[in-house]
Amino acid sequence: MPGLEDLYREIILDHYRSPRNRGELESPPAQRVEGFNPLCGDEIVVTLDVHDGVVSDIKIAGTGCSISQSSASLMSAAVKGRPVTEVRDLIKTFKGMMSIHESTLPPGAGQQGEGAEATIDVPEPEAIDIDALGELAALQGVVKFPVRIKCATLSWNTLAQGLDEIESAG
Amino acid sequence: MAHVNDADSTTDAVMSTGAQPLDVATLRKDFPLLSREVHGHPITYLDTAASSQRPTQVLDAMREYDETTHANVHRGVYTIAEEATRRFEEARRKVGRFIGAPDPSREIVFTKNATEGLNLVAHSWGRTHLHSGDVVVLTEMEHHANIVPWQMLAEERGITIRWIPVDDDGQLELDRLDRLVDGAKLVGVTCMSNVLGTLPPIRHIADVAHAAGALVVADGAQSVPHLPTDVTALGVDFLAFSSHKMLGPTGIGVLWGKEELLNSLPPFLGGGEMILDVRKEGFTPNDIPWRFEAGTPPITEAIGLGAAVDYLGAIGMETVRRHEIGLTNYAMTTLADRFGDDLLIFGPADPAARGGVLSFSYRDVHPHDISQILDQYGVCVRAGHHCAKPLMRRLGVNATARASFGLYNDESDVDTLADALAEAGAFFA
Repeated sequence: MPGLEDLYREIILDHYRSPRNRGELESPPAQRVEGFNPLCGDEIVVTLDVHDGVVSDIKIAGTGCSISQSSASLMSAAVKGRPVTEVRDLIKTFKGMMSIHESTLPPGAGQQGEGAEATIDVPEPEAIDIDALGELAALQGVVKFPVRIKCATLSWNTLAQGLDEIESAG
Repeated sequence: MAHVNDADSTTDAVMSTGAQPLDVATLRKDFPLLSREVHGHPITYLDTAASSQRPTQVLDAMREYDETTHANVHRGVYTIAEEATRRFEEARRKVGRFIGAPDPSREIVFTKNATEGLNLVAHSWGRTHLHSGDVVVLTEMEHHANIVPWQMLAEERGITIRWIPVDDDGQLELDRLDRLVDGAKLVGVTCMSNVLGTLPPIRHIADVAHAAGALVVADGAQSVPHLPTDVTALGVDFLAFSSHKMLGPTGIGVLWGKEELLNSLPPFLGGGEMILDVRKEGFTPNDIPWRFEAGTPPITEAIGLGAAVDYLGAIGMETVRRHEIGLTNYAMTTLADRFGDDLLIFGPADPAARGGVLSFSYRDVHPHDISQILDQYGVCVRAGHHCAKPLMRRLGVNATARASFGLYNDESDVDTLADALAEAGAFFA
């Protein structure tokens, strides 16, 4: 039986209480993407600047539970200043960590409602390098609470959508 | 007033209550699920507004039917098929008497749930009577089930939806009701908000609507399980509700409609059972209520719902209501005493003016996090938008936590809730 300490790690509570990169960048020029969790009503707004293939700045707005807010905060700290190619790899790795137990879940559990899901090629669980996730590994325990997985992945799907939009725009 | 009948299937605990307070400790023994543990704690089930637990009497009635009587209804001429048909139709009449239907055998349509009942009205009545420019009036506190079917018609037909607003106390603003319903064809209103517990004055709304020439479709999903219901006294034209919120099984709901209205409507779904005759050129629809029940109905579930109605009827809905007002009062007082301004309860301040549904915010802890911590103590509360997003926007929140009571809850459940909430507060401090 998973305990609360698996879900609410200290680092998660820290990012929930003191979220990093909070706010919105001026858009335009920044890309602005909204993500919704249709089940719980959580909303997240990601604004990001990409210059010369690098995520030069990112801010997070919106409201949500401790898991969605801390995941967004951790994500913003992890991707800021990183090349887009590395960010895309990180999104894949994070989504992979969040899908480790999905094969044991009922269909649809922990899945996002929006279309962003389709753009992410999730690796096999054994291919995931948890160490490469750094602080993000703190969210690993979320997979033991299937209904909360979508809270943790909301900001990541939204970011992936933003990168897609920037790419297709050109 | 609820019609009480078939008291023989209930326990001594139920029989002994009458006008007395409910003996919850004894009554709880009828509900097997309430004896389980969650995370090492006895379960504290406070999500009856989402779905109620079922007493042994309901579970046994379904099992007994399946083991002794089951066959398809309205078809076979052999003994058990006749018995199954008789018991199925008997369940229909029990439900009809429970809500005071003038003709219990013809005015009760079995559906999948309350949602399907409301969709039936939108489909059969709406597509017959609503055309471009027609007006439907809804309230801001409707469940999505009484909003989206009308929005689908709005897209398809070009009808207009007007909204009865909600005030800061969670009551409908009705001072401009006559102007809102002027020229409208239909008013859709909940008999009890699933978020706020608000009990709108249905009779008044129905009278004003009828004076304007509009029909009234009422959502009874929350009210029928918890209040005495008499459709004639309510004055509405349609009333939809679900079995699984009133101690019965999932998979079956009810649409009550006035006989002459149901008689005037085309079928809902097409198939077997709903026809009198089918030729290659076309079909002749069946009489009501079977016209609206295409295909094999949920027979075992109807038997279960009949047993649930027996159980509630034997206790008496006046007794249920009195118990739940007392419990709501205790909960509102206890939570105010324990948490003061840290905890905000949405909806009417007077416990007697609301159902046993408490949506609340607690400091700035997100409802999902509240629900998660409470679960560690075996406390089951709902977190989210409760399928009432227009109301959530009116309240200015994305989500609330919601504790809701059933007849099997007592003051100890409220105390457990308060203790667990204190733990959640400490955790996120």
